[in-house]
Amino acid sequence: MQDIVIIGAGQGGLQAGMSLRQDGFEGNITLIGAEPGLPYQRPPLSKAYLKSGDAGALQLRPESFFEKKQITLVSGTLVDRIDRDARTVQAGQRVFSYDHLILATGTRNLRPPIPGAELALDLRTLEDAARLRDALDRPMRCAVIGGGFIGLEFAAVARALGHEVTVAEAAPRLMARAVSPETSERFLRMHRDMGTEVLLGDPVCEVRADGISLAGGTRIAADLVLMAAGVTPNTELAAAAGLAVDNGVVVDAHMLTADPGISALGDCAVFPDPATGRPVRLESVQAATDHARLISKRLTGKAEAPYDAVPWFWSDQADSKLQIAGLAAAGDATVTRADGAIFRFAGDRLSAVETVNDARTHMLSRKRLAGAPVLRRDLEAAGFDLAEV
Amino acid sequence: MVKVTYVAADGTRTDVDAEPGSNVMQTALDNDVDGIVGECGGAMMCATCHCYVDEDWTGATGARNDGEDDMLDCAADEVKPSSRLSCQIKLTEALDGLVVHLPEEQA
Ligand SMILES: Cc1cc2nc3c(=O)[nH]c(=O)nc-3n(C[C@H](O)[C@H](O)[C@H](O)COP(=O)(O)OP(=O)(O)OC[C@H]3O[C@@H](n4cnc5c(N)ncnc54)[C@H](O)[C@@H]3O)c2cc1C
Ligand code: FES
Repeated sequence: MQDIVIIGAGQGGLQAGMSLRQDGFEGNITLIGAEPGLPYQRPPLSKAYLKSGDAGALQLRPESFFEKKQITLVSGTLVDRIDRDARTVQAGQRVFSYDHLILATGTRNLRPPIPGAELALDLRTLEDAARLRDALDRPMRCAVIGGGFIGLEFAAVARALGHEVTVAEAAPRLMARAVSPETSERFLRMHRDMGTEVLLGDPVCEVRADGISLAGGTRIAADLVLMAAGVTPNTELAAAAGLAVDNGVVVDAHMLTADPGISALGDCAVFPDPATGRPVRLESVQAATDHARLISKRLTGKAEAPYDAVPWFWSDQADSKLQIAGLAAAGDATVTRADGAIFRFAGDRLSAVETVNDARTHMLSRKRLAGAPVLRRDLEAAGFDLAEV
Repeated sequence: MVKVTYVAADGTRTDVDAEPGSNVMQTALDNDVDGIVGECGGAMMCATCHCYVDEDWTGATGARNDGEDDMLDCAADEVKPSSRLSCQIKLTEALDGLVVHLPEEQA
């Protein structure tokens, strides 16, 4: 294998390039990214960066790194076609040949089809975050569409800076797709205590220059509207090339598509959850980087094992650091330990642990979840002390 | 500027000039120092920025931060009394000349 091309120069794409060099790959690595400049990390965009405005701190690696590691970074370049027969990708007039192709195209913000949606701002890229930061320079009334992680992180920062903030969430609770009802409730209380208005169970039906309207008739006056209503994976390239797409680029337990010459990773990939086998798509630094490492090991012949990393995630909202180890499904049962740690169960099996400002329990959970399944009855017998099971 | 020396597991020394206010993890990445990964960007979520503070400097760098012990428990390499998460060591003028040793493995 001589030429590896990676489409998407974000967290996962860059990690794939770095891991390939670490694992001893000596051929050419070409990392093509649509965004300008050097690859950067997104998590601080809704956290530290909104406060500090320090864009330099976001950079994942300096320019010299790419020379040193001989990774050809082609930034500001959108790939518009994959030719699987010729094994090439095209970006405008430029053509890149590959022996292996890695799709790391990530996601983009979802724009619900409501009038005025184009008036709302996004928070996905550094450019988006810079625009928001500029806007927060003077007192603002902010309306946030969507009570997920990104919307709530933004709300917490804006509120702490003294702005008026309203969050409108269509679902009956916050972060509903990712956390237990108990954690939703805890964060609802925290945001309300901070003075943020949170409106639940009422979808936004219109964005206006002077605010938003909800289906139930409520009108919220706002100078700034943030659209944080979820994302959609960038799968068009894969679909046009005839690869299977179902809420993401479909890959097997080795992060390989049906074409043995094409892998996919990170936010854009749907892969079998190691614990349950069900197809999942995760939006996390952990998934993007662990996928990348697995693909690199496979391509360099260092390891053949299927993907089995334990998912983990964090979200910083005001003084609360939410940490999630594992992956729970929507209906999983919930047990709250006396100290507030939340254990989720799929049947008898521990599926996830949600904690707030409790790194110890979080790390213990990650360790335990990496081994044999942890059973509910064993945890109950141990008084939910993970060190004892 | 604050001078920091990174000593790799094989003994290779790299001297870099850091911005005060930055941290030991970010400074390593900014200067292409191999041996520190810093996957979570300093959010204390990954322990891939593990380092050993040189014994002459453990006093100046001070005690571990809240939560650091628990993260270090998951570090890939041996944890010693001098182990720190390098993202949690903030560089001030008082740390000019700091020497840190890097483990063989980070992930
Ligand atoms: C504001 C914000 C906060 C977040 N906070 C957290 C957090 O606290 N914890 C956490 O774990 N995760 C967080 N995430 C999620 C995390 O950043 C992503 O999961 C991670 O970046 C995914 O990596 P990726 O490589 O799959 O995609 P990305 O990093 O999104 O990179 C994909 C890249 O591909 C490029 N691209 C797409 N199509 C093409 C094409 N055709 N040609 C060329 N380039 C293309 C895109 O421009 C983009 O730069 C956050 C995300 C955001 C936006
Ligand atoms: S960079 Fe992740 S814990 Fe230090």
